[in-house]
Amino acid sequence: MSEIDLKKEGVTGVNQRLYKLPKDSNERHWVIRNPMGQHAIACGLDAPLTVEIQGHVGFYCGGMNKHADIIVHGHAGVGVAENMMSGTVWVKGNASESAGATANGGLLVIDGDASSRCGISMKGVDIVVGGSIGHMSAFMAQRGNLVVCGDAGDALGDSIYEARLYVKGKVASLGADCIEKEMRAEHLEDLAKLLERAKRNDRPQDFRRYGSARKLYNFNVDHADAY
Amino acid sequence: MDTNIPRTVPRKSATFDDYTLSEIRRAATTGIYDIRGAGAKRKLPHFDDLLFLGASISRYPLEGYREKCGTDVLLGTRFAKKPIALKIPITIAGMSFGSLSAQAKEALGRGASMAGTSTTTGDGGMTPEERGQSRHLVYQYLPSRYGMNPDDLRKADAIEVVVGQGAKPGGGGMLLGQKISDRVAQMRCLPKGIDQRSACRHPDWTGPDDLEIKIHELREITSWEKPIYVKVGGTRPYYDVALAVKSGADVVVLDGMQGGTAATQEVFIEHVGLPTLACIRPAVKALQDLGMHRKVQLIISGGIRNGADVAKAMALGADAVAIGTAALVALGDNDPHLEEEYRALGTTAGAYDDWHEGRDPAGITTQDPDLAKRLDPVKAGRRLSNYLKVMTLEAQTVARACGKSHLHNLEPEDLCALTVEAAAMAGVPLAGTNWIPGRGGY
Repeated sequence: MSEIDLKKEGVTGVNQRLYKLPKDSNERHWVIRNPMGQHAIACGLDAPLTVEIQGHVGFYCGGMNKHADIIVHGHAGVGVAENMMSGTVWVKGNASESAGATANGGLLVIDGDASSRCGISMKGVDIVVGGSIGHMSAFMAQRGNLVVCGDAGDALGDSIYEARLYVKGKVASLGADCIEKEMRAEHLEDLAKLLERAKRNDRPQDFRRYGSARKLYNFNVDHADAY
Repeated sequence: MDTNIPRTVPRKSATFDDYTLSEIRRAATTGIYDIRGAGAKRKLPHFDDLLFLGASISRYPLEGYREKCGTDVLLGTRFAKKPIALKIPITIAGMSFGSLSAQAKEALGRGASMAGTSTTTGDGGMTPEERGQSRHLVYQYLPSRYGMNPDDLRKADAIEVVVGQGAKPGGGGMLLGQKISDRVAQMRCLPKGIDQRSACRHPDWTGPDDLEIKIHELREITSWEKPIYVKVGGTRPYYDVALAVKSGADVVVLDGMQGGTAATQEVFIEHVGLPTLACIRPAVKALQDLGMHRKVQLIISGGIRNGADVAKAMALGADAVAIGTAALVALGDNDPHLEEEYRALGTTAGAYDDWHEGRDPAGITTQDPDLAKRLDPVKAGRRLSNYLKVMTLEAQTVARACGKSHLHNLEPEDLCALTVEAAAMAGVPLAGTNWIPGRGGY
């Protein structure tokens, strides 16, 4: 295990050390100390590293991640794991707005709560939130799964495409074109796997599933009042 | 009826003209707003309303065919480790694969590279054809993030954070179902055939303070090498340019309302935004007030058609310009030799703007494989290169006549305006006077 002190090396210094690791490096496990809520920590990683961040992080931690497993032992600011391609980002605390925004793949786990716009425009990522999520989450969500073990705020899944949403608690309201859908066996099976990957003990059968009614996929003037 | 009584001729309303009446009927029949491509078609104050004064006794001209007139431009000198060096100050604006065929994107790359300039991706990601043929490729970073990935980000030569565009400042993208082919759907992670309406705001930042952090992230991921552009539509150019500079932009791209779009509501194109001419001076003033003119480069787009437009934009303070619609025309869009086919689509060559329908007989604004293969990317690329070189020669011709050894040495003092409106917008005197409306005094 190797350690980097962000206070000494700065964000660019930390990121460059991780970017420049040789492909055959044995230094696969890194601990970043003193993150001090700085932005863009461990963004753009492109190697199967384990990166543990000991403290809170600012915006875009783990942004565009590929292959790396990033663990934040604290809270995360706006856009954690935004546009992630693969790998894992695990936030032990809470996350701010737009967690997992536009992410294409990988797994984002937030043990605590996530704020508004969680999973906005998600394009294939799996997101599991142990607590609750704020309003406008999964807005225009295209693909992937969003699992919420607590409650969801207003306008969940507004203008959603093909993403699947699972919520255990209450949903304040559903957004345009988002409806509750039947929870079939294959969904329970998928959900069980997602919960297991996020090390959750929740029971899949306690969740409800939401997705697109697909009524706004092609414009129809009679649906104009849905917006 | 007594035919001997004199009658007035039938009189059509100036308010309810034929176009307006046809639009009312169309809306009543279809129940949807009119959607089209291209930029504002209404008559606007534009570069044609400005003239160069040229040299005489009080100024020396340069020899037209002998003395050097530089055209090169360096973009991204503020923070980027690897600024882009272009031979000519005319770049190709962002246009998406999806709105354009892969062949058209390849042709843009070929033409731009031959002429020594850059081309730009669009909403929908980077295609290998485009990257392969573009010596300098600017990668657009858009609210939808369709096709956005860190590998392509790093393959780009510059990154353009798109906040808005002149045809629809405040509006999001639109690509209707006819053009969501298998390949386009796959690149955008969307079901085939749906109407794709992309977001107007970025999903993970709001406002200039956030944008600064976003730009920082993009710089980190690209190791501070790539120039970062910020593109805005012309609305409040002084403040938007100042905030883009504050956010850390290397280059600001400012697009006026004549700038084209692949598909947007007609009401948006014609009624939102500022004419390009009205954008430039406030933008330059913002850069000057911040001490950043020529340090943060300004690219102007929206209705640039010839070398005179290039020279005028640069005289008003731009470092470079970008062309979109004009580049498509150079490739073969709206060509009269396709008149019969345009008529079959209910339009005429020069007016065809239903680019969203994907039935372009020129094979440019389409995803139909049979139509798209009509465009030869090599020949079309050559046409674009020719056009870019002609524009450059024209701009040099004007600059030499004004005694300038580089296009960047052109200045507002070289210009006068033909109309009071253009004089006010461009901040240059009305021809034959020393009056600049809005500057006080007569």
